[in-house]
Amino acid sequence: MSGMVDGLAVRDVRVAFGKTVALHGASLDVAPGETLVLFGPSGAGKTVLLRAIAGLDPNATGQVVVAGRDVSSAGPEHRNIGVAFQNFALYPHMPAYENIASPLHARRLPAAEIKARVERIAALLKISHVLGQQPRALSNGQKQRTALARALVGEPKILLMDDPLRNVDAKLRYEMRMELPRLLRRSGAASIYVTQDYREAMSLGDRVAVLIEGHVVQTDHPEQVYDAPASIAVARLFGDPPLNLVPCRPQAGNDGVRVRALGLDLGLPVDPAVAGRESLLGLRPEDIALFREAQPGAAPATLEVATPLHEKTVVLLRTPDGQEVLASMNGAAPAPGAAVWIQPNAGRALLYDAGTGLLDRRAARVVEAAA
Amino acid sequence: MSDQVFRVLRGVALLLVVVFFLFPIAWILLMSFETNEQILQIPPTLAVHPTLANYVALLSGKLQTASGTLDVTFLGNLWNSVLLSVCSVALALLLGVPAAYAFARFRFRGGENIAFTLLSFRFAPPLLVLLPLLLYFQDLGLANTYVGLIWVYQLICLPLILWIVRGYFEDASPDIEYAYRVDGHSWWSGFTKIALPLAAPGIASAGLLSFIFAWNNFVFALVLASADKQPVTVGALAFVTASGIQYGIIAAAIVLSILPTLALALYAQRWLVEGLSLGAVKG
Repeated sequence: MSGMVDGLAVRDVRVAFGKTVALHGASLDVAPGETLVLFGPSGAGKTVLLRAIAGLDPNATGQVVVAGRDVSSAGPEHRNIGVAFQNFALYPHMPAYENIASPLHARRLPAAEIKARVERIAALLKISHVLGQQPRALSNGQKQRTALARALVGEPKILLMDDPLRNVDAKLRYEMRMELPRLLRRSGAASIYVTQDYREAMSLGDRVAVLIEGHVVQTDHPEQVYDAPASIAVARLFGDPPLNLVPCRPQAGNDGVRVRALGLDLGLPVDPAVAGRESLLGLRPEDIALFREAQPGAAPATLEVATPLHEKTVVLLRTPDGQEVLASMNGAAPAPGAAVWIQPNAGRALLYDAGTGLLDRRAARVVEAAA
Repeated sequence: MSDQVFRVLRGVALLLVVVFFLFPIAWILLMSFETNEQILQIPPTLAVHPTLANYVALLSGKLQTASGTLDVTFLGNLWNSVLLSVCSVALALLLGVPAAYAFARFRFRGGENIAFTLLSFRFAPPLLVLLPLLLYFQDLGLANTYVGLIWVYQLICLPLILWIVRGYFEDASPDIEYAYRVDGHSWWSGFTKIALPLAAPGIASAGLLSFIFAWNNFVFALVLASADKQPVTVGALAFVTASGIQYGIIAAAIVLSILPTLALALYAQRWLVEGLSLGAVKG
């Protein structure tokens, strides 16, 4: 992909503040019209990477190529990039109109064209009626739309969005999550969208890059990241309720390996080479079937807590040997303390090396084939 | 019941404070319209027969006293005060605002130490440095020049402007300037169109404060300037004459010398309104 002419190519971008390394050589490619979600916990270096791409961090090294042009040593004003900041960063002393018009003023466009373009983008983002107002008179949702309009109005080749929905309320967040993909596709820009909400990553990302402690640990399609997180750290972050991780030691079996977990003997269709190593079995809560009566192939457990989440209920279970397990079920949950029986879907289980925390590649290949 | 008592007591306390602080000013205003004889009358009388003689003497430059006519250089002194204060504040703004921006936005080796050293100029009593300064200035030919005085006045103005304005720059999120850069504007344009307007209330209040401090300065001008360069604060000493202290004239001079700073403060008030940046940045 290094020969890619359009879009954005980031090569080995590293940011260090003195001896503290915030970002260890990140490399990404984003095609025009594509949205790459940069996902990670707070402090992972997402904003640092975004700033490095925008040219706002003098400590950044590495290469940034925008539409075939190396802009690594260009100032932020020469990179043809639109940025939506998490805190909106509107110009408080200018009305919304002037805020949005700023990138067009910088290019010294004729006033009539500026007016036409500001009004077009404002209509698209439904803020035409507030163009004359100062930022302090705008609601959070309007501020956020104004900031997005400012980032989009110049039709940049690259669009960087730093968690733009973080500071707006749930309803607006939902609205924007619906609207954004259409806006981004329409803009045709190569977009990077930063978030720490895996639902946003799933709904907005054509691809997801997971950033943890300054390392890009996985870049993949959202479903793939969900189905086969590359490491335990990714697995814990990506998904809500989080993945169950059960310690186990796989033994070689007839068709793959067998593990003893949750009081069950499970056959995993993976390469027998993983046998004998300390491992963690990863199980999504929705991949654990729950029964109210004993079933063949199901193990007993006690229900501890149930958390209803509109269409499904997340339950915390405890197996007789003390292992806590999260499962999700449809409909009303049994009362706390009730005995239930669980049966994991072994075909969708993941196997992680307990030492390195990485998804076992040989196991992963099987999962990919199954998915 | 106790609520009402509290309110009355608070009113009384406030009244006492106001009387305490405003009484001298009111007294001076009254004195400025009286002759020296009326002022020194015992018992003092409130039956005022206002006279403009003091103001006439100040503005015409001729003061009639028992021992003859004195030349009064008050208008010259007033002009000196205006010149020294305006130039000092202008220079301090020119130097201090960019420095404040640098201290607020960039971390560099020794930065904090330099900023603190500049602030420490304000802890040291002026008398400590005045004598050596006079000797240096005489050698350099700066004694009794406007340039020399404006230079020394930087000890008063520069730290004040630097530290107040720095806080205002720090309060504005750097993201706002970053956003402006990303829009395609140069660094300089971001500084003048974003950083400076956002810090404007701070720059106005720091400028006003340092103007007042420069205007009220006495000791630097007393030692480093001779009669033709002296501001009003030093010039008022001339009214302690051989034929007595000219209280009426002094009072009138005070009233006249308060007017410029008062006018400036009233004018700058609208710039001092804070909260310009409220609601621009979230989080």
